[in-house]
Amino acid sequence: MHVVYSLGDRIFRRIVTAGALTSLVILALIGLFLFARGAEIFRDMGLKFITGVNWSTGSEDGTTAAEFSIGPMLVGTIIVSFIALIIALPLSIAGALFIEFYSSQRLKRTLVSLLDLAAAIPSIFFGLWGIQIFSSIAEKWSFLLNSYLGWFPLFSNEMQVFGRSPFVAGLVLAAMITPIITSISREVYSRTPRELVDTCYALGGTRWGAIRTVVMPFGRSGVVGGAMLGLGRALGETVAVYLILNLVFAYNFNILEAQGGNIASLIATRFGEATPYELKGLLAAGFVLFMLTLSVNMIATSVVQRAGKDRS
Amino acid sequence: MSQVDTTTAAVPIRPWVASRSSQAKGLVAPLMIGIAAYLIVLFTGFAGADGWALLFFLLILAVSFVRSRKLGKTKLINSMFNVVITGGALLAFAPWLSIFYSLVSKGFHGIYLGYFYHDMRVTTPDDELNLGGVGHAIIGSSMMVLIATAITLPLGILSGVYLTEVRGRLTRLVRFVVQSMSGVPSIVAGLFIFTTVVVTTQTFSGFAGSLALSILMLPTVARTAEEVLKLVPEDLRSASYALGARQWRSSLMVVLPTVRSGLTTAAILGVSRVIGETAPLILTAQSISSFKFNPFSGQIASIPMYIFALLQIGTEYSMARAWSGALVLMTIVFLLFVVARRLGGKDKR
Repeated sequence: MHVVYSLGDRIFRRIVTAGALTSLVILALIGLFLFARGAEIFRDMGLKFITGVNWSTGSEDGTTAAEFSIGPMLVGTIIVSFIALIIALPLSIAGALFIEFYSSQRLKRTLVSLLDLAAAIPSIFFGLWGIQIFSSIAEKWSFLLNSYLGWFPLFSNEMQVFGRSPFVAGLVLAAMITPIITSISREVYSRTPRELVDTCYALGGTRWGAIRTVVMPFGRSGVVGGAMLGLGRALGETVAVYLILNLVFAYNFNILEAQGGNIASLIATRFGEATPYELKGLLAAGFVLFMLTLSVNMIATSVVQRAGKDRS
Repeated sequence: MSQVDTTTAAVPIRPWVASRSSQAKGLVAPLMIGIAAYLIVLFTGFAGADGWALLFFLLILAVSFVRSRKLGKTKLINSMFNVVITGGALLAFAPWLSIFYSLVSKGFHGIYLGYFYHDMRVTTPDDELNLGGVGHAIIGSSMMVLIATAITLPLGILSGVYLTEVRGRLTRLVRFVVQSMSGVPSIVAGLFIFTTVVVTTQTFSGFAGSLALSILMLPTVARTAEEVLKLVPEDLRSASYALGARQWRSSLMVVLPTVRSGLTTAAILGVSRVIGETAPLILTAQSISSFKFNPFSGQIASIPMYIFALLQIGTEYSMARAWSGALVLMTIVFLLFVVARRLGGKDKR
């Protein structure tokens, strides 16, 4: 069908289209500007920007050159986010199933409101809560993990200091991303066709039987998408990690040791006293973070949108 | 009419509804297990509330195993998973409840009437809690959030209208980009505004802060606007076309006015999304300890940065003030949610 629009309509459609495309333009501009401003660092450091170890402004007399590479921070970002995801995912699935299938109508309504509110808790609260309330518990758990599983390199700790470690930061981030994953999973689970679940009960299946054979397979892709959105949030988190983690510039795979960092907290830490050249390094680091989170989010978005389409 | 009284009306039997006594029976077992767990915590190496919770969970698991052992494998697995899922859900909800609780219990110490209209100009980190306040930060945050709303609301509505009314060729792309944009890390938004706006104007400013917040706010507003516009019945559009309206008149004068309160909800949800953002403000608006009403030049205070600055000082009273600031911020977010929910309910009717 070919529609002929009047002049007024054509103007209207142009304006609306332009408005709708601003988000695309903004995204492109962010990538472009960060890349352009950080380009000097990319040129000077080459691939070593990703793989190297050092972040130093060089000595003042110029005998050692400034050298910027984000290797340890990139690895730290991934470690902390994965700890968060591994812990948050099962809890979120349990939470979503509980709200959708285990609670009464009234409790469900309360919990859904609570979930919305929890998703809006500013990340700085998690930092505040992490250092003041949660750290003592987390340190105890770290100590227990270390004393029983310390033979395993991941949990070894030479210094026997247990606060401010990637493990604690990961736990706090897990608490932060749980609401997001829970609410997406719950939404997907709630779209399970009621008759399929009822059929399962009618055949003598138990509640867990219905969940395992109908609900979980039905919601799988949506939950995966939700988990990736949560991961994206964890990858880019600044303040909570900045407040909890002890920023040390070295590769650290012993997650219980009090050293680590992520790209976002590196930017926040170094920003205040950065020289113009270091600032370019930070912008380049920001570009890497942007590309990382954007790709994770794009995959997540397409997974979630496809999951939504199968249903409707 | 008296006949009616003598006939016995059938009382529906609902065997699936638990009676009082069986409900009470259901409570007795967990209660006793809870007490047992508490006693074990008292007399053994387990310690603290977390140790108690873990023991409680394990004991319940053990008891439900023993109880349903005779019922066959399927029922046994079912009852075990009942316990596991409930326990997992409780563990998932625990941190937020703990945060809400500690916000109130730790935050209320620093709250007094003057807290809302004083600033921190003359307050040192070691001053008692009856000095200083968060007034300057409330003003600064409100200004930045208002400017950000003024920027994002029109853009968000346009993108919602594009997705529901215009429905051009780029519909899928726009929806995809808006969704992906919601994952832009807040510090990247700050970095972008820093390298464009702050570097060119050569000053940190509240306006730069608002721009950074706008980037984070736009996806929320656009998505909510789309959701709201989707609820407009197709009949309304058809009716306005039938009366001879062009698309632009039908959109502007029929569709948008119908969802006015829904669009307000979109703005409110956007605000509650960004009002607590700290990272972008570190790079754009920074912070200051006194009142300031000009958002276009120089640093400006905001509630999250107020909390952040106090946290870095780290004295006892600073920490108490940080909690109070957090309580104020959370209360604002909560009120915004209540308003949004009220308005959202209106549109559906």
